[in-house]
Amino acid sequence: MGKNKLVIFGLTVLAIFVLLAAAAPLLAPYGPDEIVASQTLPPSFSHFFGTDDLGRDLFSRALFGARVSLSVGLVAVLISIVIGTLFGSLAGYYGGFFDSVIMRFVDVMLAFPSIFLILAIQAMLTPNIYNVMVVIGLTSWMGVARLVRGEFLRIRELQYVEAARAIGCSDRRIIFRHILPNAQAPIIVAGTLGMAGAILTESALSFLGLGVQPPMASWGNMLMDSQAYMFDAPWLAIIPGLLILVTVLSLYFVGEGIREKLDVRQ
Amino acid sequence: MLDNNLKNSPQLIVGNLSVVYPGVKAVANVSFSLAKGATLGIAGESGSGKSTIALALMKLIAPPGRITSGEIIFDGKNLLKLSDAEMVRVRGAKISMIFQDPFTSLNPVFTVGEQIAEAVRLHQGLGRAAAWAAAVKRLEAVHIKEAERRAHDYPHQFSGGMRQRVMIAMALACRPQLLIADEPTTALDTTIQLEIIQLLKEVQAEFNLSVIFITHNFGIVKAFCRDVLVINKGSVVETGPVAAVLSRPQSSYTRKLLDALRIINRE
Amino acid sequence: MRKYFIKRLLQLIPLLIGISLISFFVMHLAPGDPTALFIDPNVRPEELARVRANWGLDQPVYIQYFLWLKNACLLDFGQSYTTGQPVIYEIAQRLPVTLLLMVPAFLITLLITIPVGVISAVRKGSWFDNTVTFLSFTGMAMPTFWLGLMLMLLFSVKLHWFPAVGNLILPLLTMTLGNLAGLTRYQRSAMLEVLGQDFIRAARAKGLPERVVIFKHALRNALIPIVTILGLSLPDLFGGAFIIETIFAWPGMGRLGVQSIFQRDYPVIMGIVMFSALLIVIANLLADLGYSLVDPRIRYGKE
Repeated sequence: MGKNKLVIFGLTVLAIFVLLAAAAPLLAPYGPDEIVASQTLPPSFSHFFGTDDLGRDLFSRALFGARVSLSVGLVAVLISIVIGTLFGSLAGYYGGFFDSVIMRFVDVMLAFPSIFLILAIQAMLTPNIYNVMVVIGLTSWMGVARLVRGEFLRIRELQYVEAARAIGCSDRRIIFRHILPNAQAPIIVAGTLGMAGAILTESALSFLGLGVQPPMASWGNMLMDSQAYMFDAPWLAIIPGLLILVTVLSLYFVGEGIREKLDVRQ
Repeated sequence: MLDNNLKNSPQLIVGNLSVVYPGVKAVANVSFSLAKGATLGIAGESGSGKSTIALALMKLIAPPGRITSGEIIFDGKNLLKLSDAEMVRVRGAKISMIFQDPFTSLNPVFTVGEQIAEAVRLHQGLGRAAAWAAAVKRLEAVHIKEAERRAHDYPHQFSGGMRQRVMIAMALACRPQLLIADEPTTALDTTIQLEIIQLLKEVQAEFNLSVIFITHNFGIVKAFCRDVLVINKGSVVETGPVAAVLSRPQSSYTRKLLDALRIINRE
Repeated sequence: MRKYFIKRLLQLIPLLIGISLISFFVMHLAPGDPTALFIDPNVRPEELARVRANWGLDQPVYIQYFLWLKNACLLDFGQSYTTGQPVIYEIAQRLPVTLLLMVPAFLITLLITIPVGVISAVRKGSWFDNTVTFLSFTGMAMPTFWLGLMLMLLFSVKLHWFPAVGNLILPLLTMTLGNLAGLTRYQRSAMLEVLGQDFIRAARAKGLPERVVIFKHALRNALIPIVTILGLSLPDLFGGAFIIETIFAWPGMGRLGVQSIFQRDYPVIMGIVMFSALLIVIANLLADLGYSLVDPRIRYGKE
């Protein structure tokens, strides 16, 4: 009932945000780093979201920030899905030694205090947008690996896989043509929810100054100095956070919607 | 005279029962009656609505499904007019039910003894010890060896056939008058099926039960029931004594089902 | 049972070694030298060499690792570069402060999440369920630090109820709400799944009142996944502490961790990584133990 509406809401919001992000240079009234007015002006018709502590137009920064936050989320989740699927398929398909080694590695990675690990790595590297993508991707593939492994263990036993093996298909063909396509649904769900997670992680990293570096705008680093202006300019804290909230919420709705539609179990 | 009348009046009368799920009429104007101590088979293919009838008799149709019309007169009372609280006192106490899948119908986290005893405690107001003793007695009645000890075991420690025996013990816990068996042997191996049928016959006599046996298997209907109701797409297509229906089926649907059975038997 | 857990405990050793190995090498192979942050760049080279030797940085990385491992086995994680105090002492000092947040947050979560999740599932589609679902999705979709900022904005800046920093309430509220959202959602779906099971129908068919069906038969089964997930949520709670403590200037381990990262205080970072990892694996073990307590089908080691 209401579920469908939520999915449509999610897809619509995401589509709008993606379009706005893509068209940021056309739509933004000002450059993202341009100092255009006095500092911390409240939202008004000339500055929809107000201006920040340096006098930059917050609306323009939010548009350009959307590009950064969305692409970090997307690339990070793609990395995690590629790694997770690779490890998960190998472990699930071959079993035995492969499986033990990979799953022990997954255990090790899962036992890391992930946010702390990410912070630490980011501090060691020179933080920039590419590092953020890679580091989040490298530390978030374990769930996908477990999931894919589970699907492989299940599908491997099904008759059509037996049949494919019987007619002499190669392992590679069985994995890519026969099993993976049938494991698509849970991977898509995990990817949608994973992107939500990646956007949240990016925001936390950038908020602490260990993610996307100024002057480049991301929704997370726009919040970085907002705490100091809590009294005088609360919109600096409210607006970027709301953008993150709405984006992540939309991804959840879409992910849950797909899960329900394709009858994927958690 | 009055006494005699009561004895002969049917124990259960179902009139024009209809059950609707959103967009589907699962059961349409089904009527039948059942005399005390009688055995009625309800036969049909899967999806014919026969299990829905069983759940409707217990008023256990899960929303969004609901009973839209009809009456279910049990022991002179229309069950459809009872409140939820009153219905709770009927279920398990006067009408019991056993289900198709003994693997999923027992709660995995409680001992079988507890699952039988809790119904006794609630319906008969017995204390823990007395209810437990009653549970053990029922387990003995369904021929579970070392019932005293096994009552402390969990469902996963029993085999499929044994679990169905436990389900039967559970259903009999409060000495009901009517037992509804919904495909109780379908999930079991053939040899075990026979044992369970034997057991049901035995407890029917022992507990003086009326039985509604829901099945897709005419062989079982023949072995167990006196009367049969053939259901297709939620409606009754044929009804009568089993011998008559089997030897001279009136509806084409029943003939088709019987032919299929014969072909299988010949092979 | 006992054998199983001893085995599991022994399995933790290679796990912890793996974690220490990865973190140690990630940190020490990263470009840049920690001394750069602490030592005046104009200091004489021989002085720098002395400090480096003192910190063991003149050795090859693998030797450094073995030295670290050897000492770590004796709970000696070295000394903080910034304060010169033993790492174990720094952690011991900050741990209770973090626990002051974590323990109540965990208990409050537990107290709220189970009944709310259960009622939500039982009254699926009611206004209560819809509200809970909306709130839990919103809670899950918020960055924890932003939730903290918003609470600060509301309760400190607007309402003046609590000071923005140095007060227990706001960080505790942030941590609890952040944790609550996901768990309530989880409890709800666990309960919904159980309510669809055959044995629930069978329990109703026995004539058990709805109250008994839900709070005995259904809840007892729905607790099985919850026990696991509660165990697994401990690390999340701890992870949240890094950021929450930083925002609210709460002087616990989380803040120590973030500070040590910014200061490249390797021994402290390693100490906190190992400590958190230990916490996580112990939480997993406890989750397993809890699992076997609530689910009679699982009796470890008794095949």
